[in-house]
Amino acid sequence: MPLVHSEEQTLLREIARDFISEKSPTGELRRLRDEPDPIGFSKSLWKEMAELGWAGIPFAEEFGGADLGHTELGVVLQECGRTLTASPLLSTIALGGTAIDLGASEALRKEVLTGVCSGQRILAVAHQEQTRHAPYATETRATKTPSGYTIAGSKTFVLDGHVADQLLVVARTSGSSRDRNGLSLFLVDAETPGITRTRTLQVDGRNAARIEFRDVEVDGQRLLGEIDRGAEILDPVLDRATAGLCAEMLGGIEAAFEHTLNYLKVREQFGTVIGSFQALKHRAAELHVEIELSRSIVIEVQQAIDSGDEAVPELVSTAKARLSETAFLMGNEGVQMLGGIGMTDEEDIGLYLKRFRVQQFTFGDASFHRDRYANLRGY
Amino acid sequence: MNELEQFREETREWIETSCPESLRSSTGQRSGTTMGGRRFPVFAEPAEDSHLWLSRAVERGYCAPTWPREYGGAGLERAQAAVLREEMLRLGAPPPVVSMGLLMFGPTLLEFGTEEQKQQHLPPIARGEISWCQGYSEPGAGSDLASLQTRCEDRGDHYSITGQKIWTSGADVADWMFCLVRSDPGAPKHEGISLILIDMNQPGVRVSPIKLISGSSPFCQTFFEEVRAEKNALVGPLHGGWTVAKRLLQYERQGISSSGFMGPTRGTDAPPELAKRYCGTSDGKVADPIIRDRLARMEMDQHCFNSTVRRTADEARAGNDVGTASSIFKYKASEDAKKRGELMVAILGTQGLGWEGDGYEPFEIDQTRTWLRSKGNSIEGGTSEVQLNIIAKRVLGLPD
Ligand SMILES: Cc1cc2nc3c(=O)[nH]c(=O)nc-3n(C[C@H](O)[C@H](O)[C@H](O)COP(=O)(O)OP(=O)(O)OC[C@H]3O[C@@H](n4cnc5c(N)ncnc54)[C@H](O)[C@@H]3O)c2cc1C
Repeated sequence: MPLVHSEEQTLLREIARDFISEKSPTGELRRLRDEPDPIGFSKSLWKEMAELGWAGIPFAEEFGGADLGHTELGVVLQECGRTLTASPLLSTIALGGTAIDLGASEALRKEVLTGVCSGQRILAVAHQEQTRHAPYATETRATKTPSGYTIAGSKTFVLDGHVADQLLVVARTSGSSRDRNGLSLFLVDAETPGITRTRTLQVDGRNAARIEFRDVEVDGQRLLGEIDRGAEILDPVLDRATAGLCAEMLGGIEAAFEHTLNYLKVREQFGTVIGSFQALKHRAAELHVEIELSRSIVIEVQQAIDSGDEAVPELVSTAKARLSETAFLMGNEGVQMLGGIGMTDEEDIGLYLKRFRVQQFTFGDASFHRDRYANLRGY
Repeated sequence: MNELEQFREETREWIETSCPESLRSSTGQRSGTTMGGRRFPVFAEPAEDSHLWLSRAVERGYCAPTWPREYGGAGLERAQAAVLREEMLRLGAPPPVVSMGLLMFGPTLLEFGTEEQKQQHLPPIARGEISWCQGYSEPGAGSDLASLQTRCEDRGDHYSITGQKIWTSGADVADWMFCLVRSDPGAPKHEGISLILIDMNQPGVRVSPIKLISGSSPFCQTFFEEVRAEKNALVGPLHGGWTVAKRLLQYERQGISSSGFMGPTRGTDAPPELAKRYCGTSDGKVADPIIRDRLARMEMDQHCFNSTVRRTADEARAGNDVGTASSIFKYKASEDAKKRGELMVAILGTQGLGWEGDGYEPFEIDQTRTWLRSKGNSIEGGTSEVQLNIIAKRVLGLPD
């Protein structure tokens, strides 16, 4: 398949860019942060996004979805990334909805995805427990009861966990911590007794939650897939969400680069624009090269997901490592090239730097993914 | 099956039956690269098989797959040529001939040459009969190529050339040179340059090889004293050679980035296998975690680079402007090749420090020499700094 967007995808991008730049320019994030908004994103914006069909992009028409692919979801995420738009696209669509779509029974899919596609239901996936991404390092336990399971343990860095209506909880049903086998996925209503959620305000102005599960009862019908084999759902879900995150990162990187490049062309020192200094030119050119490579891998990984390519895990790790490195470079070079103003809260580049930091770490940073890639490649 | 897939199948069959086993990278003992030529022909060993492979490829025009048939090519579409390349790579068949004529001069001549020039020069290039060298750099004109001084004077019925070129790869074996000369010393520096074709087999041409840090001597100093070129030997207009010269450099950059200097060396295992062998393993992983991390980084970078080459071709086909892509590729491919060279000798440890003689396998010496040679990748064809200048100016629009 050619590594370019189709006409329809290009059209979607244009629509998304117009919509986002009008409704959710970069300043929006600052407003949400400073008010401070109790949930961290605009519910009315999410409603409009859902009306445009974005909440249902990868889901079937029978649930109200658009029956498109992750390439299209990536197109929209990339545009949102440009202005750092906060929305549940990642938590609810790329992660939660995808988990339901891949793992749930027909009845459960209908129940949950219908609400997701209409924009009414927010989901969060509760998988992480430690200070870094380690998908199988799960100590949270689910113990069998006559009618279902009881979940006990604690989760951290649950994206949009503070506002989610339902949580997808990764719990251990057998084996010991770090085993891939023995994990199971449960769909749990967020208001179930025994759940305590604490909103954590992140450096990027977004939200995640710490969640405690104190003997939380869950019905046996709410198990996704088979018992002990949750990783078979979790792995492809994380791959898809990571690919989506990479698209969002690419959008942010592109916007930050354009912004920086523009400054190089207008700011004058020593009687000339600073963009004429070779030290800065070369660094800008290097950034451009890294961004070109990032563009290629982002579209490639999304097309691979949509075509069911078996190399998806390797490609996802390649993409996340690459995008994390490029985002790191862009954030740091951006602040440096803007000089003093780059350090101010009023300048947008700082918002990008902070968001990049969180994105780099989410779902595993570059070294995590190089390690995973080497494992997948058998060395 | 669509036409392209059919073509793939035919091509695969043809390669299987035409390329001798001895030359194939997985099974053969090939050494060296076939560059062809008349005066001092260069053929990979075993030479007899290289001759055979070349003649079979020539029959089909497959040395220059995209050139029109009338000039010795095969007239293939770009997509077909890509299939041919892919299948040769897959089956480990080397290009039948590798030359500056094919990579750089031919495409430029197709674009700027007269009909007579194309008839005269292209078919022998496509048959590997005539080898070409590039007379661009001079002692005083490297990155600042346009300051070149080699003189070219009009003597009525011919041109006379006097001056000195340097770093001329293959000048000692080449039959002809495409050469940048100053035809109008009075004009501004970019406007007094011509591109002229010089027969290297004549009095007044003196070539002296220069030894490289890698130990081989593939490039030379070239001296011209009253050397003769015919009146029809100018490519492009008199004094109008700079535009042609720049176009040729684009082909050179494309060639350098696609020539696969990032690929594994013949007859060796893939780098991860080498790392396991030389660094040992623990739990089935390369035992040295830092080497392992660098390997993953290298493989990923290579993947992203290849995807970008593919995407750029796809975008060109979709009608998007990709004009300066060759600088991006040249920059990235040569920087990556240097990193790869460093990693390979790091993997070999003390076995990567050998120069010659006992105690080192030939392929270990090969890696060490490749590491040294790779340092030139970011110098030849325009240095990395020059590529960054071009990107900053032409793509990013940053001012001088
Ligand atoms: C292996 C090899 C094969 C070659 N083969 C050929 C050949 O066949 N034919 C041929 O004509 N030439 C050939 N060359 C020559 C090559 O094109 C030149 O070496 C190259 O263009 C650089 O010129 P220079 O060596 O004079 O270096 P210089 O131009 O003197 O450069 C020295 C350093 O200064 C930097 N520099 C120069 N100008 C700038 C600037 N404006 N901004 C920032 N930095 C700058 C360079 O990047 C470099 O780091 C070959 C070179 C090598 C290494």
